[in-house]
Order: sequence, then structure tokens, then C-alpha cells
Amino acid sequence: MAAYKIYFVVWGALLVLTAVTVAVSYLNLGLWNATVALAIASLKAGLVALYFMHLRHEIKLVLGFAIFPFLILGLILVGTLVDAIYRF
Amino acid sequence: MSDNHEAPNGAPVSARLGIWAFLATELLLFGALFTAYAQFRITHAELFHQEHLKLNRVLGALNTLVLLTSSLTIAIGIAAIRRGLQKLLKVCLSLTLALACGFLFIKYLEWSHDFHMGWFPRTNLFFGLYFMMTGLHGLHVLAGMGVMIWLLYKAQRGSFSAEYNTPVEITGLYWHFVDLVWIYLFPLLYLIG
Repeated sequence: MAAYKIYFVVWGALLVLTAVTVAVSYLNLGLWNATVALAIASLKAGLVALYFMHLRHEIKLVLGFAIFPFLILGLILVGTLVDAIYRF
Repeated sequence: MSDNHEAPNGAPVSARLGIWAFLATELLLFGALFTAYAQFRITHAELFHQEHLKLNRVLGALNTLVLLTSSLTIAIGIAAIRRGLQKLLKVCLSLTLALACGFLFIKYLEWSHDFHMGWFPRTNLFFGLYFMMTGLHGLHVLAGMGVMIWLLYKAQRGSFSAEYNTPVEITGLYWHFVDLVWIYLFPLLYLIG
């Protein structure tokens, strides 16, 4: 059972983070609402990727395959948003 | 299976590279929608704020719990079959399938309510994106369920073992990715709009 323990710990952390992000959403923090929500989502995504998807023990080549698409997504996002923000 | 010494994964490197390459295309498919969301949230901030309040935060949070738990059950299923525990794998696959059904059922309740209230994809930019993103995500859940039914059928016939469990491992990676997309969809649509 010890081998499954880490999965239960990560799952517990994910549930706690979900509760936190929902609780924070009821507060009015202005711009910070979006920042906190995205930071918590990224923390959760990191936990899922590292533990559930085994990236923690993955070899470099596969890690590269996992990370590279985020650079492309970053290009698309930044390229689009620079236009949206500076248009006005 | 020489690569098993480098990573504690049952699946060979080629299979892992294959699914990660596929997930890269999936990331960019959803990424285009996330970009559209970011663009319109900047240009229509007021509309997004008003409309997101109409969504049911509690049902959204509940669905997050359901999907996170289904990620846990499939992760345990993979750990189990790596130890050759076929029965536990079948239990875990069944639980994951049941949770996926639960997720889609809650989604069905939400969408029925939306339609009842007269909120459709054409209603405005926010609801257009909401239906498109949750709909595409729901289709991915359905596809994952289809693959898991096939896995369950194979597991029933004793196809998987500690030595051979690549399809389970690969499906698990896909399923976690579907979970990852929801981890971002939930706050963006339900919490911060």
C-alpha cells in the first residue's frame, strides 16, 4: 500500500488546492483574483504532470517532448495578447 | 525493455514519445481556444465578468473533484498492473469509468440548465467560448471512456501483466491530460470569467 500512498497524498493536495481556489473566488481582490486562480491552477497542473504523469522520473528526451509545445503555445498567446493589449 | 532502468515506466520510450507528441497537438488545439478566451476577456472584460457569474460554481467545483479523483484511480490502476495485480487494475478502470460518467452527468445537468435559461453558444462571446471549450473537453472525456472500455475488455481477457501494460500507461497519460485541461477551464470559466 505504501507505493500508492504518494498518489493519495497528491490527490489530497489537489482537493485542498481546489477548495482554496473556490474560496478565494468569493473574495474581491481585483486583478489578484485572476492571478491567484491561475497560480493555483498551475500548481495543480504541476502536481498532476510530475506525479500522476510520472514526469518526475522521466528521461530528458520525453521531458523535451512534454515541454516544447508550451513554448509554441507561449508564442501564440504572447503574439495575440500583445496586439489585444496595445490596440487601444 | 532496456529503458525500464532509466524510468520506472512500464511503457517503452517510443510509446511514451508517441503519446507526448499527440498530447502536444492536443495542447495546441485547446491552446487556440485558451488564446481566444484571453483575447476576448481583455476586449470584453465587463461582459465576461457579468456572464461568468451565471455559471454554477458549486457544480463546477464538484466536477473538478470528480475528475481529479478519476485521475487518482487510473494512476493507482497503472501502479497496480505494474505489480501484476490484474484484479485491482479492473477495479480501478471501472471506478475511473464510473467517475467519467459522473462528470458527464453533471455536465449534462449544467448544460440543460443553461439551455433552459436560454443561454446558447450564439448568446454572446462568453457563452460561445464556454460551450465550445467545455464541449470539446467533454468529447475528450467520451473518447477516453471509449478507450477505457476497450482496456477493461482486454484486462478481462488477461492481456495485461507486470511485463506488458503499455496501453494502460498510455491511456493514463491521455486521461491525466484531459484532467489538466479541466484544471485550467474550471477557474477561467467559473471563477474569474
